[in-house]
Amino acid sequence: MTLEKFLTKAVTSWMNEEGPYSEIVLSSRIRLARNSKHHSFPTVFTEKEAADVSQKVKDSMQKAGESLELLEMKELQELQKRVLVEKHLISPNLAEDSASSAVWLSDEEDISIMVNEEDHLRIQCLYPGLQLKEGLRKANELDDAIEEHFDYAFDEQLGYLTTCPTNVGTGLRASVMMHLPGLMMTNQMNRIIPAIGQFGLVARGIYGEGSEALGNIFQISNQTTLGKSEEDIVEDLLRVVHQIIAQEKAAREALVQTSGVQLEDRVLRSYGVLRYSRIIESIEAAKCLSDVRLGIDLGYIKDVPRTILNELMILTQPGFLQQYAGGFLRPFERDLRRASLIRERLEMDDSQLKGGTDL
Amino acid sequence: MVCQECQQRPAALHFTKVVNGEKTEVHLCEVCAQDKGDAFLASDASAFSFNNLLAGLLNITPVVQQPNQSQHSDKETIRCKECELTFPQFLKIGKFGCPSCYESFREELPPILKRLHSGNAIHQGKLPEREGGSIHVKRKISELRTELKELVKEEEFEKAAGVRDHIRSLEKDIDQQGGDQP
Ligand SMILES: [Zn+2]
Ligand SMILES: [Zn+2]
Repeated sequence: MTLEKFLTKAVTSWMNEEGPYSEIVLSSRIRLARNSKHHSFPTVFTEKEAADVSQKVKDSMQKAGESLELLEMKELQELQKRVLVEKHLISPNLAEDSASSAVWLSDEEDISIMVNEEDHLRIQCLYPGLQLKEGLRKANELDDAIEEHFDYAFDEQLGYLTTCPTNVGTGLRASVMMHLPGLMMTNQMNRIIPAIGQFGLVARGIYGEGSEALGNIFQISNQTTLGKSEEDIVEDLLRVVHQIIAQEKAAREALVQTSGVQLEDRVLRSYGVLRYSRIIESIEAAKCLSDVRLGIDLGYIKDVPRTILNELMILTQPGFLQQYAGGFLRPFERDLRRASLIRERLEMDDSQLKGGTDL
Repeated sequence: MVCQECQQRPAALHFTKVVNGEKTEVHLCEVCAQDKGDAFLASDASAFSFNNLLAGLLNITPVVQQPNQSQHSDKETIRCKECELTFPQFLKIGKFGCPSCYESFREELPPILKRLHSGNAIHQGKLPEREGGSIHVKRKISELRTELKELVKEEEFEKAAGVRDHIRSLEKDIDQQGGDQP
């Protein structure tokens, strides 16, 4: 398979399209947790109950007339599941316990509904840029359509009942993925992360482990689901996100003013590494991709599309690399493949610019 | 010891995480711990269990909140009438077994929920169309009551009378539906 063909299949809209504020906000996600009132939660349910939930969801989806495609976990190969995880369409949990678990996906892959994950239903909408309200609207629509034929577990005092007490109430997790190199370079994230906590929100690096954020990419999300309306949760998150956007912009401006040449040098060195290296580990790739993306935002690099960071952060993960290679790869082989995939992707844009072919 | 995430609050939860045979110490405060789990699960190499983390978090709750001895021994016997999960089991795994668990453990939940949801224990969000029950009407009534107060304050008595009638008719509806007390 050529890279171009692979990409058309692999890249989903939130990865290669731009949305509002997409110079800093890569994507927005809304997730609603819902459960059937007639069945035990996935923590303890029997195979029979699981199959029954799965069937009830199928019936509701058909009656609701949603044109989503059903992928059953037991039908998928390990690598296919891993790719879905890396695209943020399913969780690692769903991929693991597969007996009656499934995901309903839209063509664009902006909607995914997980069945029998931690909750019976996890309705998820994923959009490029800052589009939380749009995501919430869509998720509510789907939620309403499903509820017409599916009896939700709901309590007047406690709201939507969920397997884990951290999700009860609205069952809503709203999150945005942000690229914050300016705040990282100016050492401000250590100050911002605890400040965000004061608003019932949490910030964390989503690639890499612990406090290390690969590619300077952070996910900001609400931590509490009970006691606030969905709209207020989203409003509060938006307010903080807008503040972070303003601070990131200020940090970038300050960096350009005080150390413009050094910054340009750093960006172009990283660009050089991505264009010419033959072996690259994921940590270095993430750092360079972040630098290049910043360089594009600041105008140091002109002939590379902005979405390169979104796209390549995902495409250079182990699952994707192996899918592209068509089989298992050892770590060293992955580093070779990663380097060549990045080079090819960058060259593709050259030819695209010259030939004007569309992806 | 300070939390490794926020570097601010004291670390309350200590774990050893094993990734590819390599052990790492994890020290988190309760705030960071709550949402940390997803992040660990999202990283492909991690064998870290969020359940244990939350269980640790919940387990602290009743001891801190309810030093009362007799109440504590009662809790040992609370059991969900549907799925038969006991309250101590819930605390241990940090997850419910079925929707009825919420009903069975109702008395015990507020301190836990308040702890997890910055002091809140009452849902203020969306109501499902069918399962929402009479609460749709109740919310409408409370909106109308606020409106009524405003109208009375502004001495718009004619309009106020209309709103009052609307409230009464809604209250009647709930009474006739029966079942739960308004
Ligand atoms: Zn902390
Ligand atoms: Zn139960």
